[in-house]
Amino acid sequence: MEFPILSLMLAVPLVGAIACLFLGAQSARMTALVATLANLALGIVLWLNYDIGGAQWQFVERAEIFAGFSYALGIDGIALMLIMLSVFLMPICILASWDAIEKRVGEYMSAFLLMEVLMIGVFAAQDMFLFYIFFEAGLIPMYLIIGVWGGDNRIYASYKFFLYTLLGSVLMLIAMMWMVNEAGTTDIPTLLNYDFDPQAQTWLWLAFFASFAVKMPMWPVHTWLPDAHVQAPTAGSVILAGVLLKLGGYGFIRFSLPMFPEASEQFTWFVFILSMVAVVYTSLVALVQHDMKKLIAYSSVAHMAIVTAGLFAFNAQGIEGAMMVMLGHGLVSGALFLCVGVIYDRLHTREIARYGGLSINMPKYALFFMLFTMASVGLPGTSNFVGEFLALAGLYKVSTLVTLVCTTGIILGAAYMLYLYRRVAFGEQTNADAAAMPDLNAREWAMLAPIAAAVLWMGVYPESFLAPMRQDIAALEARIARAAPDFDADNVIGTPREHNANYVAPAHGEEHGEEGAH
Amino acid sequence: MHPILLIVFLPLLAAIVAGLTNKAAPSIFAKAVTTGALFVSAGLSWPIFLGFVGGTAEPTVVPVLTWLHSGTLAFDWALRVDTLTAVMLVVITTVSALVHLYSWGYMEEDPDQQRFFAYLSLFTFAMLMLVTADNLVQMFFGWEGVGLASYLLIGFWFKKPSANAAAIKAFVVNRVGDLGFMMGIFGTYLVFDTVSIPEILAAAPGMSGATIGFLGYSVHTMDLLCILLFIGAMGKSAQLGLHTWLPDAMEGPTPVSALIHAATMVTAGVFMVCRLSPMFETAPVALSMVTFVGAATCIFAATVGTTQWDIKRVIAYSTCSQLGYMFFAAGVGAYGAAMFHLFTHAFFKALLFLGAGSVIHAMHHEQDMRYYGNLRKHIPLTFWAMMAGTLAITGVGVVMLHAGFAGFHSKDAIIEVAFARGTELGKFAFWMGTLAALLTSFYSWRLMFLTFWGKPRWAESEHIQHAVHHGHAEPEHHNPPSQEDAGHDAHHAVPSEDYEAGTAGYHPHESPLTMLIPLGVLSLGAVFAGFFFNHQFLDSEAFWGGSIYYNEALVHAMHGVPGPVKYAATIVMVLGLFVAWYAYIKDTSVPAKTAEQLGPVYRFLYNKWYFDELYHYLFVVPAFWLGRQFWKLGDIGTIDRFGPNGVAWVVEKGSVGARKFQTGYLYSYALVMLLGLVAAITWVLF
Repeated sequence: MEFPILSLMLAVPLVGAIACLFLGAQSARMTALVATLANLALGIVLWLNYDIGGAQWQFVERAEIFAGFSYALGIDGIALMLIMLSVFLMPICILASWDAIEKRVGEYMSAFLLMEVLMIGVFAAQDMFLFYIFFEAGLIPMYLIIGVWGGDNRIYASYKFFLYTLLGSVLMLIAMMWMVNEAGTTDIPTLLNYDFDPQAQTWLWLAFFASFAVKMPMWPVHTWLPDAHVQAPTAGSVILAGVLLKLGGYGFIRFSLPMFPEASEQFTWFVFILSMVAVVYTSLVALVQHDMKKLIAYSSVAHMAIVTAGLFAFNAQGIEGAMMVMLGHGLVSGALFLCVGVIYDRLHTREIARYGGLSINMPKYALFFMLFTMASVGLPGTSNFVGEFLALAGLYKVSTLVTLVCTTGIILGAAYMLYLYRRVAFGEQTNADAAAMPDLNAREWAMLAPIAAAVLWMGVYPESFLAPMRQDIAALEARIARAAPDFDADNVIGTPREHNANYVAPAHGEEHGEEGAH
Repeated sequence: MHPILLIVFLPLLAAIVAGLTNKAAPSIFAKAVTTGALFVSAGLSWPIFLGFVGGTAEPTVVPVLTWLHSGTLAFDWALRVDTLTAVMLVVITTVSALVHLYSWGYMEEDPDQQRFFAYLSLFTFAMLMLVTADNLVQMFFGWEGVGLASYLLIGFWFKKPSANAAAIKAFVVNRVGDLGFMMGIFGTYLVFDTVSIPEILAAAPGMSGATIGFLGYSVHTMDLLCILLFIGAMGKSAQLGLHTWLPDAMEGPTPVSALIHAATMVTAGVFMVCRLSPMFETAPVALSMVTFVGAATCIFAATVGTTQWDIKRVIAYSTCSQLGYMFFAAGVGAYGAAMFHLFTHAFFKALLFLGAGSVIHAMHHEQDMRYYGNLRKHIPLTFWAMMAGTLAITGVGVVMLHAGFAGFHSKDAIIEVAFARGTELGKFAFWMGTLAALLTSFYSWRLMFLTFWGKPRWAESEHIQHAVHHGHAEPEHHNPPSQEDAGHDAHHAVPSEDYEAGTAGYHPHESPLTMLIPLGVLSLGAVFAGFFFNHQFLDSEAFWGGSIYYNEALVHAMHGVPGPVKYAATIVMVLGLFVAWYAYIKDTSVPAKTAEQLGPVYRFLYNKWYFDELYHYLFVVPAFWLGRQFWKLGDIGTIDRFGPNGVAWVVEKGSVGARKFQTGYLYSYALVMLLGLVAAITWVLF
C-alpha cells in the first residue's frame, strides 16, 4: 500500500483543530496557519504525483469497519481539483481572520480546521456513508462559525442555513440507504457503474436533488445564502462561497448524473428552467442591493446556475465548463468577499453608500478589486471566462434557448458588478472616514496576490486544471451518453449555393478592357 | 523570433511595468517605457506592411501557448500575420505611438499619468491580440480586452459622475453585442466543430445551403451565424441601435477618443466582418443586414452630427457615420474598400480628434463650439492640421486626375461600389451614402467655421472665465498691467475695440511640440494615404493574398459606374461646404432661424433621435424595478415567507398545540389513553 497521503491530509488539520482548542489566541492563529500551509504543501505533492491519464481512482486507501461500511478514500481528477481549491483557500482564510476575530480565537481556528478536514473528506470519500458523514458534518462548523462569530442577526441566519440544508439531507440519507440495500455495496466507484431501475431513479434523483439544490444553491431554495453570507465573518464567507457551494455541483457530478442518467435526462428541463430563472432573477436582484456581501451572494447564485445548466448539457464542454466555473468562482467570489472584508475591517459596515472614491486612498486595493470584478464579469483571460464559455458552448449543443437566456448573465453581470465597483472605488470621496482608510497591508497583500495569480493562470493556461479532469469527464460523458437529451440546433446540410452572396456577373470583354484603363 | 511577438507583447510588458510601478517612479518613467515600446512596435510593423505591399511577405501563424482543449473544442494562443493583419498593425501601432507621444503634452498636468499611459499600452496590446487572432475565441479575448481598456479610459477621471456613467454604459452596451458574438461562436463551433478562422472560412461555402434550428425555428445556418457575429460587430463599432455608448465615451481624455473611439477599437467590427468575409459571402440575408445597418447608421449619425455643439461629439457622430460607410461597403461585397476607408479614416479621424484636443487644450478645456471662433489666428498650426483632416474627411479631390485627400479615394470608392452592386439595397446604400456625404461636408465645415473663423465668442465660456480670473492663462501672457486689468473686467465693461470683444482677455496658446508632431505626422497620412495606397487596397487581389474575399467582378463594376455617380460625392461635398459657409460665415443668423423653423425636427436631431431616453425607459428603469420586485416580493415576500419562516411559524404553532396535551394532569392523560384504547380495540375488532 502506498503512502496514505489523503489520510495525512485529514490528520494534519484534525490534530491542529484539537490543539487549537487548548491554545491561547496568538498560538492558535499560528498553529492554524502552519497546519493549513502544511496541508497546502501536501496538496501540491498530491497534485504533482497525480498520474494524469493513469488509473481513474488514485491514492486509494481502504479499511473495512463494520457491516460493509468502510473507511475508503481515493480521488479522481475532479476531486483532486476541488481538494486543491480547498487547501489553497484555507491559509488565506486563516490570514483573513488574523485580526478580525478577537473572541474565542482557539475555538474559531479549531472550527476552521475541522471544516478543512470535512471538506477534504467529502471530496476524497469513496464510501457512500463516509461521504454522507463528511457532507453533513460540514454543516456543523459552518453553523457555529456563523452563529458564534457572525454579525448582529447571526442567529436567524444560522438557523435558516441549518433548516434549509437539513431538509435535503434527510431525504438523501433515505435514498442512500435504499441504494445500498438494492446494490449491496457502499462503494462509490462500484455504484457509479450500477444501473438502477429507471423508475426508482426518478425518486432517488429527486432525493439527492433536494440536498444538492440547496447546497448549490439553486433558485428558489437560495434565500439562505445571502443571509448566511451577510452574517458570516469574512473567512466564513470565503469558505462558504469558495468551497461549500461546490458541494452541490460535486454531488451532481458524482451521484446524480452517473448513477441516475435516465432520471437526469428526465429532469433536464426542470434544471434548465430553474437555472434560467436563477440567472435573470438573481442578477436583477443583485443590481438593487445596498449591501456588498448580499450583492456578491446573489451573483454567486447566478454563477452557480451556469454550473447546473452546463452539467445537464450532457457533454464534455458543458461538464468541463461547469467544473471550471466552480473552480473559478471559488477563487473569484472568495476574493471578492476578501475585498469586502478588507474594507469592512476598517469601517465596520457593508453598506455600499458608506464608501466611494477608494481608488484615491487605496490604489492597490482598487487594482485587486478591479481584477476580481472583471474576473467575476467573465472577462477572457481570467478564470471565469474559461468556465462560462465552455459551459455555454456545451449548452448550445442542447438548447439554443437556454444558452441565450443564460448568456444574458454576461450583460447583467457586467451591470451589477461595475455598478458596485463604481460606487465603492470611483467617484468623489464623500465619506471622510472612508477617505482616511489606509491601503492594503502586507497581510492583505498575502491574501489577495495568490488568488490574483491563480485567477490569471486559470484564464491564460487552463490546461493545467483541465488536464487532470479530462479523462474522468470523458468517462462520465460516456456513461451518460445513452441518456443524452435531444438537441434543438439540428444542422441539416443542404446543397451549397452556386454563387457567393455578392455575385456580380463579369463584364463583357471589351468593357473589361476599357475599365482596366482606370 | 518573429517580430510580431515583440510588436504584440512589448506594449503588454510596458503596461505592466508602468502600471505596477505607478507612483513609485516619476511619471517620466512610465511615459518613456510605454511610448518607447509603442514606437518600437510601430517601427517593426511598417516593414511587415510594406512587405505585403511589395508582395514579398508570406502569411504566417506564430504559435504562442496552448489555451483551451475540451473535447473537440480546442484553441490556442497564436498570432496570425497576413495582409489584413498587417494593415491593422500599422494603423494600430502608428496611431497608438503618436497618441502616446501626444499625451505627453496633453496630460502634462494630470497627477495620474502613470495609470493613463499603462491603460493606453494595455489597450494597444488587446487590440493587437484582436487583429492577430487565428481563432474566434482569441478574437473575443482581444474584443473584451479593448472593451476593458475602453471602460478604464472613458472612466479615467473617475471622480466625475458623468465619466463613470459613460464608462459603465460603454461596457454594458458592448456586452449586449458580445452576447451575439458569443452565441455566434457557439453556433459556429456547433456547425463546423472548430473555432479556427481559416478552417471555418474553408468550410463555409460547403455549408451555404444548410439549415439549423434556433429557438425552435429552422433558419438558414450561415445567415444565423453571421447575424449573431454581426451583432457583436454592431456593439463594438457603435452601429445604429447599439451606438449610444460612443458619444458618451467622449467623457474620456481626448487622446483616448482619438485612439480608441476613432482609429482603432471601433473599427474592430469592420475588421471582423472583413476577416470573416468568405463566411459572410455565404450569408445573403446577413450581408443585407450589414448593408442596411451600415447605411442607416451612416445617415443617422450624420444627421445628429449637424446639430451638436460639443466639438468632440460632432467628431464622435462623424466616426459613427464613417463606420456606417465601412459596413455597407462590406455588405455589398467591397471588403477592400471597407478596409481602405478604415485605413484612411484612422489617420484623418485621429488627426481631427487630436486637433480638437489641441483646440480644447488651447481653450482651457472648453469644448462647446459656441464659445470658440477666430482661433485660426491664434493657433495656426492646429488650424492647418484640422484643415488637412477636414479636407480628408469631406473627400476633397479632383475626379479627372483621380487625385485627392485620403477620404476622396476611400469614401468615394464606397459610394461608387454601392451603386455598382446593382441591387435595390445597394442603391439605397448609395443614396444614403451620398446624402451622408453632403451632411459630412456640412458638419465638418461647420465645425471648422465655428472654431476657426468669425469673431471670438470666448467671453461667455465658464472655462475661459475661470482661466482668466484664476490666473490659469498661459505663461507667455506678457501683457502690461493696464491691459491685464482690462482683460479681467472684460465681461463688465465692453472694450472699445470690436475685435477684442469676445476674448475676455484670454490668449489661446499653441500646443507644445509633443502634441504638434503627432498632428504633423497624421496630417501627412490624411493627405497622402489615399493617393499612395488606393491601388493596393481597391484593385489588387495579389495584395490581399486571400486574407479577405476579393470580388473581381464587383471591382470592375465599381470602376465602370456612370459619370454622375462618379461625381456625386464631389458635388455634394461642394454643396455641403457652400451651405456651411453661407450659414456660419456669410449670414450667421441662418442656423438659429432654421432651427426655429424646423422646431420638432431640430429637437429630434439635437436629442439624438431620443435613443438614450428610449433605452432608459425601456431597459434601465424596468431592470431596477424588476430587481426590487424580485427581491422584496419574490425572495422576502414569497420564498422566505412560505419557506423557512413559514416552517418556523408552523413549528411554533404546532408546539403550542402539542403543549396543550402536555398539561401534567393525570386525568387528561388517562382520558387520552382510554380514547386510544377504544380506538385500537375498534380497529382490531371491526
